[in-house]
Amino acid sequence: MSGILNSSIGRKFAMALSALFLMVFLLQHFAINILSVFSENAFNEASHFMGTFWAVQFILQPILILGIIFHFTMGIILEIQNRKARKVSYAKNNGSANSSWMSRNMIWTGLIIEGFLVVHMANIWWHEMMVKYIDPQPVDATRYYEELVEHFQSPVIVGIYVVAFVFLALHLMHGFNSAFQSIGANNKYTKALKGISKVYSIGIPAGFVFIALYHHFAH
Amino acid sequence: MALDSKIPQGPLADKWTRHKNEINLVNPANKRLIDVIVVGTGLAGGSAAATLAELGYNVKAFCFQDSPRRAHSIAAQGGINAAKNYQGDGDSTYRLFYDTVKGGDYRSREANVYRLAEVSANIIDQCVAQGVPFARDYGGLLDNRSFGGVLVSRTFYAKGQTGQQLLLGAYSAMNRQIGRGKIKMYNRHEMLDVVVVDGKARGIITRNLVTGEIERHSAHAVVLGTGGYGNVFFLSTNAMGSNVTAAWKAHKRGAYFANPCYTQIHPTCIPVSGDHQSKLTLMSESLRNDGRIWVPKHKKDVEAIRNKTLKPTDIKEEDRDYYLERRYPAFGNLVPRDVASRAAKERCDAGYGVNATGEAVYLDFASAIERYGKEQAHVKGLNENDAALVKKLGQEVVKTKYGNLFQMYEKIVDENPYETPMMIYPAVHYTMGGIWVDYNLQTTVPGLYAIGEANFSDHGANRLGASALMQGLADGYFVLPYTIGDYLANDIRTGPIPTDTKEFEEAENKVRSEIEHFINNNGTKPVDYFHKKLGKIMWNKCGMARNEKDLKAAIEEISQLREEFWKDVRVPGDADEFNEELAKAGRVADFLELGELFAKDALIREESAGGHFREEYQTDEGEAMRRKEFQFVSAWEYKGEPKDAVLHKEDLQYENIEVKERSYK
Amino acid sequence: MNLTLKIWRQKNANAKGKMVDYQISNVSPDMSFLEMLDVLNTELIEKGEEPVSFDHDCREGICGSCSLYINGEAHGPDRLVTTCQLHMRKFKDGDTIYIEPWRAKAFPVIKDLIVDRSAFDRVQHAGGFISVNTSGNTQDANAIPIEKANADKAFDAATCIGCGACVASCKNSSAMLFVSAKVSQFALLPQGQVEATDRVMNMVNQMDAEGFGNCTNTGACEVECPKGISLENIARMNREYLKASFKG
Repeated sequence: MSGILNSSIGRKFAMALSALFLMVFLLQHFAINILSVFSENAFNEASHFMGTFWAVQFILQPILILGIIFHFTMGIILEIQNRKARKVSYAKNNGSANSSWMSRNMIWTGLIIEGFLVVHMANIWWHEMMVKYIDPQPVDATRYYEELVEHFQSPVIVGIYVVAFVFLALHLMHGFNSAFQSIGANNKYTKALKGISKVYSIGIPAGFVFIALYHHFAH
Repeated sequence: MALDSKIPQGPLADKWTRHKNEINLVNPANKRLIDVIVVGTGLAGGSAAATLAELGYNVKAFCFQDSPRRAHSIAAQGGINAAKNYQGDGDSTYRLFYDTVKGGDYRSREANVYRLAEVSANIIDQCVAQGVPFARDYGGLLDNRSFGGVLVSRTFYAKGQTGQQLLLGAYSAMNRQIGRGKIKMYNRHEMLDVVVVDGKARGIITRNLVTGEIERHSAHAVVLGTGGYGNVFFLSTNAMGSNVTAAWKAHKRGAYFANPCYTQIHPTCIPVSGDHQSKLTLMSESLRNDGRIWVPKHKKDVEAIRNKTLKPTDIKEEDRDYYLERRYPAFGNLVPRDVASRAAKERCDAGYGVNATGEAVYLDFASAIERYGKEQAHVKGLNENDAALVKKLGQEVVKTKYGNLFQMYEKIVDENPYETPMMIYPAVHYTMGGIWVDYNLQTTVPGLYAIGEANFSDHGANRLGASALMQGLADGYFVLPYTIGDYLANDIRTGPIPTDTKEFEEAENKVRSEIEHFINNNGTKPVDYFHKKLGKIMWNKCGMARNEKDLKAAIEEISQLREEFWKDVRVPGDADEFNEELAKAGRVADFLELGELFAKDALIREESAGGHFREEYQTDEGEAMRRKEFQFVSAWEYKGEPKDAVLHKEDLQYENIEVKERSYK
Repeated sequence: MNLTLKIWRQKNANAKGKMVDYQISNVSPDMSFLEMLDVLNTELIEKGEEPVSFDHDCREGICGSCSLYINGEAHGPDRLVTTCQLHMRKFKDGDTIYIEPWRAKAFPVIKDLIVDRSAFDRVQHAGGFISVNTSGNTQDANAIPIEKANADKAFDAATCIGCGACVASCKNSSAMLFVSAKVSQFALLPQGQVEATDRVMNMVNQMDAEGFGNCTNTGACEVECPKGISLENIARMNREYLKASFKG
């Protein structure tokens, strides 16, 4: 078991596990955000719970951050190794004949998403940290909805949001199935999984985009 | 030197057991002191190298390919015979022995063939144990199919890739020993001479095909598993690199060459399409289980087909001539290869060939598709009279049985064999002749052994389908590793063989001077020019039918061509680099000598037997006429030019089998 | 047909190579791709130039020697064929065809279009076998029935010809398809179970040591594989490897 991260398969396995974890997080994040479209109260309650429950704040949140950093760092390390594995490139390479654009450009879609995350963290997460821990403000369990609405008033932010989620969709269109393949799941359920993958990888980002546009135009 | 086949005494069935009990062994501690060179890593060489290493010898293995796994055994398609009698259809060691001797037209050695049949069952056990994925039935047990010239189903197979699976099995056994350091593997090395010291084979000279380096390798014994020489015909089903060089150099160093004229022309190959053609592709004999061979009955239909105004599927049943079924009702489409090939040639020579060159016959699966389709429809409770449905179901069955072969055909010919019959024609496939060996597989040079297709021993004048794989593995896994101990037992105190001796020096210089000649020759024609010319002479004059006049002409023409080759061949590049033309030049030089001996052997053999058909010696019905006075192995001793070769005869005794006319009617 | 060929020429492993243009005419659509190169080479030799070196042997798609990257794809544009089975009817008169060697750090160029694939052999030395002596003293071949589905899958994995197209096509030069085919063949058979743990660990370690890249599941290998080896094998090897890792 020791040194599993030193082997190519081990690294891929870790990459897949972090991806699966992030996909679960994304689903959870989406579930809360979509509440904002239906009910201001429900959204506020859910956000407040997530923002104040100790296990979320001090266990899940650090794990999430580590997960993101791990997935990002490992992705770059693997990319560098993979580039080293071919010293001379082809004069003519017809990649589209045998693989999808998404599968060949995970590093780029990933980096763009990472860039978005930086902006996102700076805008929202950092604000949360300020409010809660660095410059504590009186607890206001109803501020979340207003902040969300205000956030999506900026066309620039919505624009960035839309672009980032398009790339997230592209990233997921390969990544979802790829994660399962990496942990060794390729069997009679794979076909069904591919269907789920499509729903998830297009549906979730589209949903996030919908939320952003909804709030941008509805208020 | 008189030939001594060293056949053990005693009843046929006990010879091998008794021999194993009586021969010398080398104890495990002493095996570590003994080096063995194995040249060639096909089924014979690969299995021998692995087994010798496992027994404890230090093995050095050589192949000219970039990996042992690429030896041409890999291309064998149909299967491997073994007298397992899993089908309970009356098979036995004796029956396999009998079929093989009869199939070889009573020109093989009884004791060797019996031993082959005896160890055949063990091969299957061995291969399964090492993970060879043979075809299985739904009960999980091994499946069998039937091959030409026999009345039982004893052929084990792995779809159309049996050779590949068996070779990968032998290769994996080698890998284990390479990993343990017991085999030292030399890839991309070509053997260019045998070194004989004090009358014993003690090493070889090789050329590293990547760097061009000439190397000396010594050992206490040398084993050649270097395959056959079908490429003397230029066009054959052999790989491009398959060559006679190792065997021929051994011959020049004193190993007798036996029955060079026994060549197997395989009946079901894809016909030649043009002058650019570099090789011929085999369609497995297993196809004859289900395919029916025919040509049109009427010349007008032949004409129409050649003009492309008529499609074969439009010819009515009664206007087709299923000539094998007509001539050989008992065996039908599953007659042995030599018989099937000659029958195809007979029809094509008579003007019934169905392609533009007039050299092709049909192999038709329509009836099999219908038969299987009806069966499937019945099983599934569907309408057996729905022609379209039956065809679809039938095609599915045929696809599971022969899918890869059909796909290969379609890629090459660009016609769909599920819809229209395949076109096939005989092509050179295997050489039964080879280096003469005794019962121990030792050549006439002490310490030099030949195994697999490289030797002459087991198939007589014609080999049955699925027996080449059997022989290669039998020799390599179960025969040579033991018989070689008898010889090596005398070498336990010899110590390492030095390579700085005058014998090695002489052999190396000879190799170097030949290479220098080629590089500095400044001729005008590429190697292939001569090879193709040689191939034409061989095919036209020493091919499926031979006669005295042609053979004499062939000897003359080959000898002239050889002279021209040495004067006018052009080899570009240098000696100290990767240079395929240089490697080819050396191989063709040897083919040009072998070809002449081949014709000479065919000339003196005034009879027809198996793959050797002399037009002067045939029955009134056009069948091969064997002659009692030729019941011998011709073993040729090298004396300089091929024309000076001296003939030695090993008489063949048949004590356990009655020699009769070989009939498949 | 008349064609323009752009071929990688490199004198030896240490020399610098470059793409060189050649014109070839009178190419018949019935020729195989290698026969077309034979014609080119004959012309070059007759002109006193050095012929193009390329690996080839059986020319019937089974030995795995031939290995050309043609117009940006391993074994060219056709599917389920090796270069020797690729026919010129797949090209059009006037086409320009790029011909390059496999590119991977683990497959260094030997000359022109020939690469050194001995890394594959070394992976096999590390564990591509079942440790059974070849003495013939094994149990009867029918002693252990093997479920047909598994036997068939093991066979499908075992049909890999070791040509290296998977590595050449993979954007990461990963050898996972090749290694997994071998691991799968044995993992699917009862005979292979005894050594399963060591086998997969040793083979994967050797694969990594050879400098192949990591698999990112693009699936290019499966598409370009002349024998249609399935990605399922890679998933199976992942499982086998993880199982083995946790076993320690």
